[in-house]
Amino acid sequence: MSAASQSAGLWQLAWRRLIADRVAVVSMLVVGLFLLLMIASGLNLIAANWSEEVAVGYAPPSFVGAAKKAAANSPRQADNSPDAYPGTVKDPLATEIAELRRQLDGGVTTSSEADLELGDIKVVDPLAKEMAEILGTTTVAAHHELADTLPFGADKWGRDVIQKTIKGSETSIFVGLTAALLATVIGTVLGAFAGYYGGRIDDFFNWFYNVFTAIPYMLLILAIAAVLNQRGVTAVVLILGLTGWTGIYRLVRAEYMKHKSREYVQAADAIGASNRRRMFVHIFPNISHVSLVQLSVNAVGFIKSEVILSFLGFGVPVDKVSWGSMLNEAQNELILGYWWQLAAATLAMALLVTAFSMFTDALRDALDPKIK
Amino acid sequence: MSAYILRRLWQMIPTMLGVVLLAFFLFNYVGGDPAYILAGKISSPEQIASIRRQLGIDQPYYVQLWIFIQQILTADFGSSWATNEPVSQIIITRIGPSLTILIPMLIIETVLSVLIAVGVAYVRGSLTDRAVMIGCTVAMSVSLLVYIIVGQYVLAYQLGWFPVQGWGNSFLENLFKYSPLPILLGVAVGIAPNTRLYRTFILDEINQDYVRTARAKGLSENTVMLHHVLRNALIPIITNLMTYLPALLVGDFLIERFFSIPGIGREVILAVERSDFPVIKAITVYVAAATMIVNLVADLLYQAADPRVQLK
Repeated sequence: MSAASQSAGLWQLAWRRLIADRVAVVSMLVVGLFLLLMIASGLNLIAANWSEEVAVGYAPPSFVGAAKKAAANSPRQADNSPDAYPGTVKDPLATEIAELRRQLDGGVTTSSEADLELGDIKVVDPLAKEMAEILGTTTVAAHHELADTLPFGADKWGRDVIQKTIKGSETSIFVGLTAALLATVIGTVLGAFAGYYGGRIDDFFNWFYNVFTAIPYMLLILAIAAVLNQRGVTAVVLILGLTGWTGIYRLVRAEYMKHKSREYVQAADAIGASNRRRMFVHIFPNISHVSLVQLSVNAVGFIKSEVILSFLGFGVPVDKVSWGSMLNEAQNELILGYWWQLAAATLAMALLVTAFSMFTDALRDALDPKIK
Repeated sequence: MSAYILRRLWQMIPTMLGVVLLAFFLFNYVGGDPAYILAGKISSPEQIASIRRQLGIDQPYYVQLWIFIQQILTADFGSSWATNEPVSQIIITRIGPSLTILIPMLIIETVLSVLIAVGVAYVRGSLTDRAVMIGCTVAMSVSLLVYIIVGQYVLAYQLGWFPVQGWGNSFLENLFKYSPLPILLGVAVGIAPNTRLYRTFILDEINQDYVRTARAKGLSENTVMLHHVLRNALIPIITNLMTYLPALLVGDFLIERFFSIPGIGREVILAVERSDFPVIKAITVYVAAATMIVNLVADLLYQAADPRVQLK
């Protein structure tokens, strides 16, 4: 408490302790790098074209080599590569379509039924227009060189995995941080009121807390996901933020109960500070380290939860990419032997979460006034 | 003691009421009109009206709430919207598979992580200790999805040591044929965080005076660690285990989904995907009630394990 006389001192000391810790500095740099990536990608400075087709489907990372890819890929190429369509692929429905044509043309038989080309069947193909559009766009892309390999490989649609990972980091980190901020604000405000006022208000918020903690966390998240029934960044932030405030509520409440009868609060009362002022101007700076550490803890937890939600398909929509949706695609790719998307999403997430957890530990140590 | 139990049960009533209100608010208010979900995309106003009448959602909210409370008290939640199976039937038949996986998982995970924790706590500060701790931090950072995806692919799909997925009718077949891989992966996911946590519990005890006394009287290190330190560290370990117990009732969502195990967790995910509200609503309310009971039992056991604990 000696630092309370000049409140900047506490933070300065904490900062000095933090940068004296080598692990903390390294983890801070890694987290900072990820945050920069998130901002740069959010401003479309990097990875803006993540959804463009820049390589053939499942182009392997370049160190694996194109030769190996050709061997591994050839059976799947027909399904995935857009190059396959304009060619003379045998249509499995060729006879049926020819039959239809016959009826349409009034009994005129086509001699080369089996060799029908895609171009010929447009007349009866209900999707002919869409097909032409798809072919039109993909062949344009196909003409300006689709790479056989990429430094980090490509996904099913030939999108660059490293760009997807950057874009996915943006979504996952943004969701984690925003949800953590929301949960921290809710938990801190409710905890402050419950701890400071006590009595009926405390009872009411405790009841609220008990109700939320009576339902297992994952079940509560899934129940809210079910009723919201919409996929989107806002929905995920709301789901995680509205369910994740309970831990911080408990801690902040305990701190307020401890602080409300301290001398400096009595002094504030004596000079006529209102309750609100005492709560948020006088007490809050003294307990804010609890909120800050919890913000960090929650961010790590919510990043993990978002990945699971998006993996299950209850998270971000399909036109967005997150580490969770990448893992979802990777699950099927792995069986076909395409491991690079899985590796990229896993590594990016493991790196961030490890650094963030270590940073959280260091932050807790640096802010704990007991260790000096 | 009985006064304590009675008081705790009495205190559960408002919480339970809150859970019911929360579930009601979520599913009957936020969830929107289920008639449109049920009727599908092509529906006439008459169909919608008749479904609304059937579900009772044309009634005012207080009547609906009363219907909901009656459903809870009689354990009759009607039928699943998706499969028409009675909801109570779903809960009863799905709980077995969930427990078949989770109980062995919890036991193996706890025994292993306690043993590792005692080991690294004993050599605390050494290279081994630091390496294990860094390993745990890194292992915790890899998404649990990755463990399951890679484990299922390598151990079942590639090496063929285990069936990729499935579930049979006989308990023994399930336990010895279909469960080992899910249990193994569950243990792999849980062991790192538990080892870290239990290590701190043991380190809290290892510097106590009674440990020095035990060493001073010349007891062997094994006796000191296993009989004195571990015994005292077991109290927070048991407390931590108790917090897992409610999770037994909902199963392991991800593992059940990956391995197609017909447990509660997979049922919840299916229900969310199908907007099958009666199923999620019933599971939420019952699991909440069971959680409160389990917590009470845990507190009673806790006092039995540690006489210093006073129940107030």
